[in-house]
Amino acid sequence: MHFAVIQFPASNCDQDCRHAIRVLGHEAEFVWHKETGLGAVDAVIIPGGFSYGDYLRCGAIARFSPVMQAVQEFAAGGGLVIGICNGFQILCEAGLLPGALVRNRDLQFHCEPVHLRVATHDSPFTCKVPAGRILRIPIAHGEGCYYADAAVLSELERRRQILWQYCDADGNLTESANPNGSLLNIAGICNEQRNVAGLMPHPDRASEEILGSADGRLIFESMIEALLVSRESSTSET
Amino acid sequence: MKAKIIITPKKAVLDPQGKTVQNALEHLGYQGVTGVHVGKYIEIELAAGTDPEAARRALNEACHRFLSNPIIEDYRLELDPAAA
Repeated sequence: MHFAVIQFPASNCDQDCRHAIRVLGHEAEFVWHKETGLGAVDAVIIPGGFSYGDYLRCGAIARFSPVMQAVQEFAAGGGLVIGICNGFQILCEAGLLPGALVRNRDLQFHCEPVHLRVATHDSPFTCKVPAGRILRIPIAHGEGCYYADAAVLSELERRRQILWQYCDADGNLTESANPNGSLLNIAGICNEQRNVAGLMPHPDRASEEILGSADGRLIFESMIEALLVSRESSTSET
Repeated sequence: MKAKIIITPKKAVLDPQGKTVQNALEHLGYQGVTGVHVGKYIEIELAAGTDPEAARRALNEACHRFLSNPIIEDYRLELDPAAA
């Protein structure tokens, strides 16, 4: 599979994302934010960092980069897009995902491993995670507190768009396991069509045992599995 | 002409910064503070002779699309045609 990793000025997890995909034996190439096309890619990763210095609001300026028009079109055509950390913020600002990410409840930048419960396995981003498996993946953000109004939150729940939630080591959704004050302990969500997802934790920083955890791999492997399945089904149709 | 835009967090959104400033004010002995909301102030300079109504329309659009995030923020736009 071919992944595009979008690079904005001050993206800083672009290398990590490309490395994580290559470790899995797949292709990943950078696409500079001034590009107007993505080329022939199977999936898009919007990596973490501080695009445009987080000026105005995190992701507010990056979302108007030329490449984001191509990402919008790719997503509208059903392409898989994942935004990690700043990438999640950019996708929310772009309107590709509902809600917004605001300052952490305690105003602190949190850089630590967290536990995540996979709220549903019914998505291209979670399908390969074994049932009941609690993921241990690091976060590194100051603005990761997920907010959406009550109507949007209930729609997210009803349509099972909440993919990952902060939990304790046993999988309980507790206040103390919530690092930033996110509503419903939300760490990541997908869109209604289930082909665009965003999460604050960094699967790219947890894709090899040497990094302390390889749980992040399961998220990328889920995407690869979903791409393989859709490729097979489209081949069998023709 | 100058445009002044004041952006504040919506009341429903957690504003830890406002809360922290409020606590600090109380700590310093300032009494009777019932709420603090920390936002942003943006000043935009416009070319002389710009039509105020056209500017207001354009800036309202810019506030909605870009300068504020309507999910989490409110904004107030003020135009000062006399300002240089």
